[in-house]
Amino acid sequence: MREKDGGIRGASGVSEPETLEQALSNFRASVFAWSDAEYGRPRMAVRPVRQRSWRLAAGWALGCVLMAGGVSGGVYERHYRQEQARIAAVREAERQRLVAEQRVREEDELLAKVDSDVSREVPSAMEPLAQLMAEDEGE
Amino acid sequence: MAAGTAVEAMARARVEEIAGRRLEAAAEEFSSVVTAHRPHIFRFLLASTRDADLAETLTQECFLKAYRNWGSFRGDSSAMTWLMRIAINLQKDHWRNRRMQFWRKTRTNSVDLDEASEWLPSGERSAEQQLLAREQVGSVWKAVEGLSERQRTVFLLRYVEEQGLSEIAQAIGLNEGTVKAHLSRALARVRAELGGWR
Repeated sequence: MREKDGGIRGASGVSEPETLEQALSNFRASVFAWSDAEYGRPRMAVRPVRQRSWRLAAGWALGCVLMAGGVSGGVYERHYRQEQARIAAVREAERQRLVAEQRVREEDELLAKVDSDVSREVPSAMEPLAQLMAEDEGE
Repeated sequence: MAAGTAVEAMARARVEEIAGRRLEAAAEEFSSVVTAHRPHIFRFLLASTRDADLAETLTQECFLKAYRNWGSFRGDSSAMTWLMRIAINLQKDHWRNRRMQFWRKTRTNSVDLDEASEWLPSGERSAEQQLLAREQVGSVWKAVEGLSERQRTVFLLRYVEEQGLSEIAQAIGLNEGTVKAHLSRALARVRAELGGWR
């Protein structure tokens, strides 16, 4: 604040250096001059409030739509990816099941082939002996 | 019965008359407040916003709000401090609303620092002194622009409106110590900006 000797007292209560004091004084005078010139100047009315509120509402609505679009797009994308992953997992499981079945079938066929290759028809002369062995195994 | 009704009517008329007189007195009182303080409020808002039209609009809003609440003004502080408090809050609301309007163009009608520095009182000064003063004013504006909203408010109230610390504290709703701290930081910034002048 302005002291009796014309100095400007700072916040700490100490007088500010001369340059600062002069600058602040010029600044104050400048603001006063500007304000005095502008104060009496006639002005055009500013834009109506209704237009402002309309723009405000439209802006918010647009913002909300964009945000909702962004969010729902993200959710859809996530859901789509999850669905794709689920379908892929099901297909993979099905494929593995088929592969396993195929392998079992092949093994069975191989064993059957081996059995048929290894087995021989019993000669008629050995028929009684073969019957005996079969009966022993049955007992 | 008729006499009673007549007395009631007279009493009602008397009450209305008194209320009317009070209202008139309040309006007169408020009118004198407007005349006395309007230039100060406008000047503070102009310096804060560097936008004459905005300052004018906010000044009008300030006095409209003050008029509506004039009845609740208890006189705890001076009318000027009370009005300044309203102006500061309106200005704060204005910037807050502006920040919310993110889709609108952010350009304001604020004049640039050079233009603001052009204003100097037409005193008996030499051309050199005028130039020096203009450059100093420009430096102070530059420093003021870099201040936070609160520091700027404190600085302008102190060094343009020449308000006391207690008045500033009341207007902003802070204690004097905090006001001093804000002022000290603001001055440090101004001093740093004026560094080249020493």
